[in-house]
Amino acid sequence: MASEPEYAVEMRDVVKRFPTPEGGEVFAVNHVSIQIKQGEFFSLLGPSGCGKTTSLRMIAGFEWPTSGEIYIDGNPAGRTPPFLRRVNTVFQSYALFQHMTVFQNVAFGLEMEKIPKPEIRRRVGEVLEMVQMGNLGGRKPKQLSGGQQQRVALARALIKKPAVLLLDEPLGALDLKLRKEMQLELKALQMDVGITFVYVTHDQGEALTMSDRIAVMNRGEALQVGSPVEIYERPNCRFVADFIGESNFVPGTVKSLDGEFVRVYLPNLDLEVSGLPQAQLSTGEAVVVSVRPEKIRLTDQPVVNQANIPARVMNTVYIGSDTSVIIEAGKGVRLKVWEQNKISTLDPRAYYTRGQEVYATLFPENTLVLPEV
Amino acid sequence: MTTTTTSPLAKKKYRLPFLKKVRENPATQGFTLISPSLIYLGIFLLLPLVLVVILSFMTRGPYGNVVYRINLDNYVRLIDPLYLRTLGYSVYTAAFTTVATIIIGYPLAYYIARVPYRQRSLLLFLILVPFWTNFIIRIYAWIMILRNEGFLNSLLQNLGITQAPLEILYTPTAVLIGMVYEFLPFMVLPLYTSLEKVDLSLLEAAADLGARPLKAFLRVTLPLSIPGMIAGSILVFIPAMGMFVVPDLMGGAKTVLVGNLIRNQFLTSRDWPFGAAASMLLLILTLVLTLVYTRKAGFGEEFLV
Repeated sequence: MASEPEYAVEMRDVVKRFPTPEGGEVFAVNHVSIQIKQGEFFSLLGPSGCGKTTSLRMIAGFEWPTSGEIYIDGNPAGRTPPFLRRVNTVFQSYALFQHMTVFQNVAFGLEMEKIPKPEIRRRVGEVLEMVQMGNLGGRKPKQLSGGQQQRVALARALIKKPAVLLLDEPLGALDLKLRKEMQLELKALQMDVGITFVYVTHDQGEALTMSDRIAVMNRGEALQVGSPVEIYERPNCRFVADFIGESNFVPGTVKSLDGEFVRVYLPNLDLEVSGLPQAQLSTGEAVVVSVRPEKIRLTDQPVVNQANIPARVMNTVYIGSDTSVIIEAGKGVRLKVWEQNKISTLDPRAYYTRGQEVYATLFPENTLVLPEV
Repeated sequence: MTTTTTSPLAKKKYRLPFLKKVRENPATQGFTLISPSLIYLGIFLLLPLVLVVILSFMTRGPYGNVVYRINLDNYVRLIDPLYLRTLGYSVYTAAFTTVATIIIGYPLAYYIARVPYRQRSLLLFLILVPFWTNFIIRIYAWIMILRNEGFLNSLLQNLGITQAPLEILYTPTAVLIGMVYEFLPFMVLPLYTSLEKVDLSLLEAAADLGARPLKAFLRVTLPLSIPGMIAGSILVFIPAMGMFVVPDLMGGAKTVLVGNLIRNQFLTSRDWPFGAAASMLLLILTLVLTLVYTRKAGFGEEFLV
């Protein structure tokens, strides 16, 4: 729709402080500014206590910002109570009304809008059909499995046709296989209905699978906002690189700035490498170099024209698609390397063995130079 | 060793063969397990009840003794309008007490269930403190408050609200006040238990779906607290039906409930068979009313808005 504002939700410099029992104050959300586009699947990702749920609750209207403002569909939300916001929530614990049937649960939101009974019946039927619960309308929540309760919670929120649907770790209580299924289903549903989803999770795999964009949060701050590829391939700080996927970190100092790349000296390896700076850096600055395990090349002979790091295999773990190899180089620097098992063979010579001498190669475009801290 | 053994007991040797049968029979095993409760209930509930039932079909002897001659005279006597009115009045008093304790107790229980945890234990403790004092003494305290020269009347007169003392003590009103006071904790505690269990996220969900606070209360909190209300009503209504101390002390001689009637038959008139028959009538009436009430309340949630 052309008339709609660009952002479904915008958090502008939002702060939320809570008093602690000791009389102090804790910053649950600390100067967060995020723009969520219309129709986007947006995830708030971070460890517990990072402020992601508090942010979601502020968008829903259960909490009010201490300072800053939240805009929903371009309008400042201020202290609008939840029952007047065009925003609906799928709660972590589902929060289904146990004394009502599935049908009554889903109809609740429409009854509050005083919509006539026949229309309620029709729309509840439709939305239950959409979440594949069409024949279970007469059941009570207690008679449903976790996955089914999840679908009811989803239907109950979706029937309100909200501007934004908020989901607070909705798949947290499901077992792994069902969770994977529901992830794809949720994503398909979101594309189908075209509603903006704001999804809170601590599961980075889930966020990468489903999201159009992700905000990585820690200690109340939004550290990086970007697409899954950006977040994974170009993390802007050590926390993001560490929290999303796995990474090897080696401390160093900036030797020189060289256009797109920087030269970094790694004292523990006694080696100078080139890497991509992920922040404004200056010569002499202490940095940390980050390389993903799948992006290190291992060879048993040195590679010409590359920075070869002589190393020794400390341990190997065969995990089917990959073999995880731990190598040690320089002054006790341990690096994790994933070797994809592209050739099917039982020949032990095709795999690295413990104690073997190897060479690790770091490519400049795979080597990210991040500010320390 | 080709025999299949199903129970470890099967291997045990018994000196008396019938013991083997008793020990290995699942029915007797189950019976043994519940026997403590069965024996307790048998001695303290079933036996006295059977005695009362038997007694209610006997006759009073000329010296207050019991003549063992089966007849229905006691029950026929109970049909007298005088006794039926007493019974009706008892039902009214017990029902009034139940409703009043719900009206007073609900906001109290709701408040306690919503304050921070530490204050909650303190408030619950305060609810229970009166039980540390003897019931009779607490009733006398109410007499001190309500009588013509009592605390309430001197307060009202000193404030100029009333000119002459209000005659409350030794009226049916005093009985109702005493009954509500006495039974309030029995309503508050089960109500608190069910209100405390109402997850706050349910109220957030209701608000999220567009329910204003009052609507959310009527549609979510209230229906979910019905079990507590039923439990509280049973705990209040049943003992209130048989209460005789409060009407005795606070109602003067004017208010007679079925509890007083029964007590008088046993202790004053020494007509044990008639007292037993009245007890049976009270028992059956209470049972029927309680059943009807819980059945109705069980369906109650559908009627709410």
